[in-house]
Amino acid sequence: MSIKNLLKIALAALLRNKMRAFLTMLGIIIGVASVIAMLGIGQGSKMSIQQQIAGMGLNLVSVVPGSQQRGGVQFGASTMQSLKENDVNAILSDCPSVLAVTPEVRGSGQVVFGSANWPTSLYGENESYLQIRERSVQSGRMFTDREITSASKVCLLGATVVKNLFGAGADPVGSIIRFKKVPFLVIGVLSPKGLNTFGQDQDDLLLAPYTTVQKRVLAITYIQGIFTSAIDSKSTDIAAKQIEETVRRQHKLKATDQDDFSIRNQTELLSTFSSVSDILTVLLGVIAGISLLVGGIGIMNIMYVSVTERTREIGLRMAIGGKGIDILLQFLTESILLSVTGGIIGIILGIVASKIIGSVMAWPVIILPGSEILSFAVCTVIGVFFGWYPARKASSLDPIDALRYE
Amino acid sequence: MNTLIEIKKLKKDYYVGEVTVHALRGVDMLVSEGEFVAIMGASGSGKSTMLNILGCLDKPTDGAYILDGMNISDLSRNQLASYRNRKLGFVFQSYNLLPRTSALDNVELPLLYNSSVSAKERRERALHSLELVGLLDRMHHKPNQLSGGQQQRVAIARSLINDPVVILADEATGNLDTRTSFEIMALFQDLNDKGKTVVFVTHEADIAKCAKRNIIFKDGMILRENIVSDRILANEMLATIPVEVDI
Ligand SMILES: Nc1ncnc2c1ncn2[C@@H]1O[C@H](COP(=O)(O)OP(=O)(O)OP(=O)(O)O)[C@@H](O)[C@H]1O
Ligand SMILES: [Mg+2]
Repeated sequence: MSIKNLLKIALAALLRNKMRAFLTMLGIIIGVASVIAMLGIGQGSKMSIQQQIAGMGLNLVSVVPGSQQRGGVQFGASTMQSLKENDVNAILSDCPSVLAVTPEVRGSGQVVFGSANWPTSLYGENESYLQIRERSVQSGRMFTDREITSASKVCLLGATVVKNLFGAGADPVGSIIRFKKVPFLVIGVLSPKGLNTFGQDQDDLLLAPYTTVQKRVLAITYIQGIFTSAIDSKSTDIAAKQIEETVRRQHKLKATDQDDFSIRNQTELLSTFSSVSDILTVLLGVIAGISLLVGGIGIMNIMYVSVTERTREIGLRMAIGGKGIDILLQFLTESILLSVTGGIIGIILGIVASKIIGSVMAWPVIILPGSEILSFAVCTVIGVFFGWYPARKASSLDPIDALRYE
Repeated sequence: MNTLIEIKKLKKDYYVGEVTVHALRGVDMLVSEGEFVAIMGASGSGKSTMLNILGCLDKPTDGAYILDGMNISDLSRNQLASYRNRKLGFVFQSYNLLPRTSALDNVELPLLYNSSVSAKERRERALHSLELVGLLDRMHHKPNQLSGGQQQRVAIARSLINDPVVILADEATGNLDTRTSFEIMALFQDLNDKGKTVVFVTHEADIAKCAKRNIIFKDGMILRENIVSDRILANEMLATIPVEVDI
């Protein structure tokens, strides 16, 4: 039989029972749509985590006091006082792969302006902070080297602090605010950056010279962390190595001594999160794949019922000259048409659903370019695989028995 | 007249578990071109078995069957299918039309299994067949929009589309009332007048008298055969049967 006639016969047979054909396809439609949507969402979340981590400073390499305890109790890192200003200078001068360095000290408390007050965190940094953290000043200016040396009581505000102390849209530059009773002159406002991956508001902060925070607010001489920027994203590992050597030398540690600090590397964090979301994607994909399988079994089920129900039709087709192979191909074609049409509808639905989910939930959704083609191929295979046995059953019927079937 | 069907010592056994059913026990039969034969006999006498073998749907256990010069016993399953497709026309008691499919598409069906016929020729021949059975005006009707007699005429049109050497009908009028039965027989007589060979099975004596020759089966053998002397012309018969009216 010619392919044209085969398609004509199979299509006519399906169209004779449109509702059933649609219901049979539904399993495949839902299966394929969920595979596409789930993979899209999984990939989207991976991408968004990557972007956010990159937004925290992709080249970021940080040093925190205290050793990294594995399998044991972590020391209270902030109570350890191993990091000093000298370490910062040493890193800057001795580590060729490090572009910029800032020490960091932190305090939290109420910030007060007039009758308004707001709980926030005060970050003491140097002027490289903006570059390392990939931030910028929206209005006013950054503090200068001289202000750091003299421990001037100047600060920059994050957008959230501005909103809560001064009201949205107000310009606080030139005002005096108080943090833990210490007066600060507001010299600038940071550009807003929104929430980070962990849901923290990156605009809820006060930024001041680290010397000021050390001397005037916290009354300490050590620093709580060192943040550095590697010369590019590929150099973070080598930068981390250089920093470790430099700080060990600074701290006069013997070869057998453990580090009394730990180094964190942004790309490490990135790969951890990426692998987490890869697992998530695989998991979602497996669940969606199972629903696709169930859809395929649905096709097989209906094809079996259909072969029984259409026994006399099969008998007639054989009597008027249909060979076993013609009958086999007809049922196989019907099953492939069902699964492929279902697959196409599923792909369209999956893309639309992903777009809707993405815009409603404000998640990025990425449709992998190969996933449509893959789904299409999978559907064809499902059609052949699950259509084969019912089709075999149909083609092996005896024409006389089939014609006599009640 | 040329011999169309030649059957010699034909036997057919069915094996049901331990039991062997001898459905046909040595049948000899000759049918010439242009004949109009009715097969009669009690229930279970082997009429359908005979017709299925004549129709190449089944193979005999023993004996020879030569149809249109071809020894059927030698053919494989697929060859038989092709042979049915090119040479035979079937009419069944229960019409066996595809549901929800127009008369025209039903009639075209056999030619879909013959790739040497183009779509255009298929359409032309289907229209011609429908014209022969007088249903050209109903070609777009589906089976559920047609009466039983009309459905059977569509089935006859389908059996004619491949210009078969013989039309085989098993109790083609079994589901129809008397008047409609004679309408179908009138159609068969008309086709036979045009030269078509027809072999059919029936239970009804009046219907059998529409044929030119009767063969009576009993217990898997031919009991007797006779030329119909008092042949009924279905068209004349129809004139005497009033169209049923609601009282
Ligand atoms: N597939 C089969 N398996 C077993 N026995 C069969 C089979 N088909 C027919 N028979 C037997 O063969 C014999 C002849 O059957 P057949 O159907 O030819 O009778 P028939 O003359 O057509 O009867 P009816 O007038 O009732 O249709 C019967 O005894 C029947 O039981
Ligand atoms: Mg019978």
